[in-house]
Amino acid sequence: MSENRAISDIGGLPAGPIDREDHEPTLVERRIDALMMLMRAKPRAFWGADENRRTIESLTPEFYEGSAYYQRWVTVMRRLMVEKGILTEAEIEDKLAEVRARHDEGGAK
Amino acid sequence: MSRFEIGDRVRVARAFPPGHVRTPVFVRGLTGTVVRYFGHFRNPSELAYGMTGLPELSLYQVAFDMDDVWSGDGAYAAGDTVTADIYENWLEPAEDKKNAA
Amino acid sequence: MPHDAGSHDHDHDHTKTFQPDIKEPTEDWEFLEIALRELLIEKDVISAREIADTIEAWDQKTPENGAAIVAKAWADPDFKARLLADGNAVAAELGYKIEGTKLVVVENTSDLHHMVVCTLCSCYPRPILGIPPLWYKSRAYRSRAVREPRAILAEFGTDVADGTEVRVLDSTADIRYLVLPRRPEGTDGMSEAELAGLVTRDAMIGTATAKMPDGSRA
Repeated sequence: MSENRAISDIGGLPAGPIDREDHEPTLVERRIDALMMLMRAKPRAFWGADENRRTIESLTPEFYEGSAYYQRWVTVMRRLMVEKGILTEAEIEDKLAEVRARHDEGGAK
Repeated sequence: MSRFEIGDRVRVARAFPPGHVRTPVFVRGLTGTVVRYFGHFRNPSELAYGMTGLPELSLYQVAFDMDDVWSGDGAYAAGDTVTADIYENWLEPAEDKKNAA
Repeated sequence: MPHDAGSHDHDHDHTKTFQPDIKEPTEDWEFLEIALRELLIEKDVISAREIADTIEAWDQKTPENGAAIVAKAWADPDFKARLLADGNAVAAELGYKIEGTKLVVVENTSDLHHMVVCTLCSCYPRPILGIPPLWYKSRAYRSRAVREPRAILAEFGTDVADGTEVRVLDSTADIRYLVLPRRPEGTDGMSEAELAGLVTRDAMIGTATAKMPDGSRA
């Protein structure tokens, strides 16, 4: 009964022990969380929970299994922002280059 | 107006439609018991693609015996159950008489 | 020249809950967060203030909110009945506004022990309990909870009698479940604040029971 199983549909699949180690969310994680909520909540409501989920489900299995939780979130936010016309890929790529350059020069946080 | 009543036996469709769905694979094709009715909600399979998700669908909490799901291959006790919240368009009345006694 | 919103902790007043992160970004996804945020601020889609306010608002949402609700339900049978009938309305009475999802409070008894999971993602009663723990969002919990609940309860050090039914609730739709754990023995006469101190986050998820007055597990 595993035909067409979405990558996120994992109820009952084998898995190992539960790692209960936790950490307070980092600032970056909190910012991703906040950004996600601001994008989705009124008044903006650019996309909803179900659109978020189907975008996560469109990730590759390798990425889904190998990525951190907030890494997935910021990745799907990027996709949805482009899909909804809020930002363009070109703008994002240009800004990423700028942010990395600043960081390499010792200035970014 | 709800299609199902608390206590009804219902069978989950053994279906594998394309796209986003919220009925987990582990309950598809199984028969369970309606334990709660939550009212009407928009269809998540359509909301996922920017559609309105209307008309709203009835949403039910359906309980399954662990043995019916896993046939003993798990870590649970006899009588333990698992529930899922399932939209009416995945459910049909079941014919078994499990709860008739 | 774009305003350097990357180090936005210098842009405006901070509240005492805002901890500056001195860790340099190293991962691609951390750089992506900076890039997206700066672009959105430059384009006036969003403001740095809103992000800071949202972070602060969510920092205030902790399991203590849920514990206060549980303690009141233990102390006041009428409140409990109303809570079980309409979680959203009763939580709102206490100032916890929940929109978009339906809060359903489920009561543990000697016959029935509930444990909550979201196998498909990480649905969690966030307006009441805050951000879920990492383990709740983990593949291991999400896949095993619906199949091996008693093994998981054992891993968490939680005893549930064989004669008590364990019911695992998979949050697959718009319902968010909050477990009302059993009130421990020996707590008669305790104030609501004292009772709230016995209610842990894990007890409201269902992987644990509430604490005894002496600090041990119920």
